[in-house]
Amino acid sequence: MSPADTLRSAARALRANGLRSALTTLGIVIGVASVVVMVAIGAGTQALIREEIERTGTNIIVVMPGAAASASGTQSALIRPTLSDEDAISLRDESYGIVTAAPSVPGVAQLVTPRGNASTALQGITEEFFTARNWRLASGRTIVAEDVETSAKVAMLGQTAAETLFGDVDPIGQTVRVNQVPVEVIGLLAAKGKSMDGTDDDDVIFLPLTTAREQIVGRSSVKTHSVGMITVKIADSEGIDAGIEEVRDILRFQHRLRPGQADDFRINNVAEMLNLQQESSAAMTRLLAAIASISLLVGGIGIMNIMLVSVTERTREIGIRMAVGGTPRDILLQFLAEATVLSVAGGLAGAVVGIVGAIFVRQLDMRVEVTADPMLLAFTFSALVGLVFGIYPAVHASRKSPVEALRSE
Amino acid sequence: MALIALEGIGKRYDLGEVAIDALRDVSLTIDEGEAVAIMGPSGSGKSTLLAILGCLDPPTIGSYRLGGDEVGKMSAAALAAIRCRRIGFVFQGFNLLPRLTAIENVELPLAYAGLPPRKRREKAAATLERLGLSERMNHLPNQLSGGQQQRVAIARSLVNDPDLILADEPTGALDTRTGNEILEVLEGINAGGTALVVVTHDVSVADRLRRRIALKDGRVGKDSDHPTAAEVIERRAKLALVEQ
Repeated sequence: MSPADTLRSAARALRANGLRSALTTLGIVIGVASVVVMVAIGAGTQALIREEIERTGTNIIVVMPGAAASASGTQSALIRPTLSDEDAISLRDESYGIVTAAPSVPGVAQLVTPRGNASTALQGITEEFFTARNWRLASGRTIVAEDVETSAKVAMLGQTAAETLFGDVDPIGQTVRVNQVPVEVIGLLAAKGKSMDGTDDDDVIFLPLTTAREQIVGRSSVKTHSVGMITVKIADSEGIDAGIEEVRDILRFQHRLRPGQADDFRINNVAEMLNLQQESSAAMTRLLAAIASISLLVGGIGIMNIMLVSVTERTREIGIRMAVGGTPRDILLQFLAEATVLSVAGGLAGAVVGIVGAIFVRQLDMRVEVTADPMLLAFTFSALVGLVFGIYPAVHASRKSPVEALRSE
Repeated sequence: MALIALEGIGKRYDLGEVAIDALRDVSLTIDEGEAVAIMGPSGSGKSTLLAILGCLDPPTIGSYRLGGDEVGKMSAAALAAIRCRRIGFVFQGFNLLPRLTAIENVELPLAYAGLPPRKRREKAAATLERLGLSERMNHLPNQLSGGQQQRVAIARSLVNDPDLILADEPTGALDTRTGNEILEVLEGINAGGTALVVVTHDVSVADRLRRRIALKDGRVGKDSDHPTAAEVIERRAKLALVEQ
């Protein structure tokens, strides 16, 4: 018999027992579908992290005040404002591998315009900020050194903040009251989108560092020139470890820390954290996919079971086929084809169900990425399951004695 | 020329404690184009002999030569090929595949012989037409009468132009009239040069075939040529002419 004949006859035999075939392959359907969904969710999470990495850049170090986690795991209870403008300046001036160090003062501010008001994340920044972080300007101008020197009452708005405060009106040149202080909007930032934890990066207002410190965040920090964080940009991501060491050396010297004394600042390697997250997410995905693929195995056993029943039920058919010239190989291939068609059909149905499931998960506001790879894999795997679990029943069928098979009822 | 040559064929079934010799030391030859009835009471070994002749079951001992080829030592695949091309089977219970249409049933041996689909269909259709079933080709077996089903089975046995047709009680499930029709069909095929071996316990069926082999307890009892019913009638008619 030609392969086409064998396949046609297999499809026919399965259709004749439609409900049974469908139920048999359900295990495969569920297995493939869950692999597809799991991998889609995992790929979605990883895409999210990847985008976050691209957004922050792989060559960024963030320095924060306060001690790093101590050996006992507890953190220094008191986070003193240990970082200052001078630290940023020395990081800029006394280093080799550091492109720039941008000090900033984070806070929250109440913004009011005639059109609306909003409680928005605030950042007091210097002109270096735009070199260090991947923010782009949509319109207007950025905060420059002169704004910082003169504590100019100017601000840049993120897309979301601009929309809440001004609606469709062009915000450039308009006035916004930041914690009662009127400030002129000079720039509109390009949209950045949601960050990984779901916060809106575009709901933000940037002020000159000095303005923010003196007028808005806290007057106590004025004298000490303290800053909330320093973003350090390294020339390239290869040099990030050397960069971290350099930052540490400079800051320890600046803060006059003696050897053995703990750092009074924390250095976060953003890219490394994200990479770690990505790795753990990938491991999680693999684990979930492995668990899901167990149901493929269970499905395969279901197929084997039903194929054995089918071989027994159709012993007479086997006898007839042998009598009219079917070789053991023909019989073997016939049942093997049935098992494989069954599992491949299940694999196809599972891929479809998986895509539908992934779309459903997307409706739940989770990021999913449906890619061809896991579907191909699950599909191949299910075909393989059919083949492997089909072999035993098929061999069983092909070894029947023609005369005994013909005599069976 | 001998189509079938059995020499010292024995078949033993091992049933654990006891062994049963279904056939003992059977030797016989059947020529090409012969018509043979195998008779005997149940348990005499006629079904076993038919299974061995049809290469469905290997003999325990002895030599079986089909058209000069020793069959006893052949592989299962080689035996399947022989069944496919050189032997046609007709069973008491028709043994059509219930989910295949008449023409698909007839196509089955052609498919196993490796014919391409179009040739298969042509040949199967021609064979069914020869048996007067051209109107019923696309019917399922359960939509056909017993006689029609047996015709489909005969078409299936015939479609690869075999040297030998083996029929196991071909009329056993049919009424007398339909049975006679089926026997006529088989006789017609035999007249075309295909050897015909019919296993039956029905004397009226055996009477229509020239040679009769009687089995008893797994041995050949009587092996004799009989005048067929047609010849008897012819002879009587001649005698009547002479008497006039």
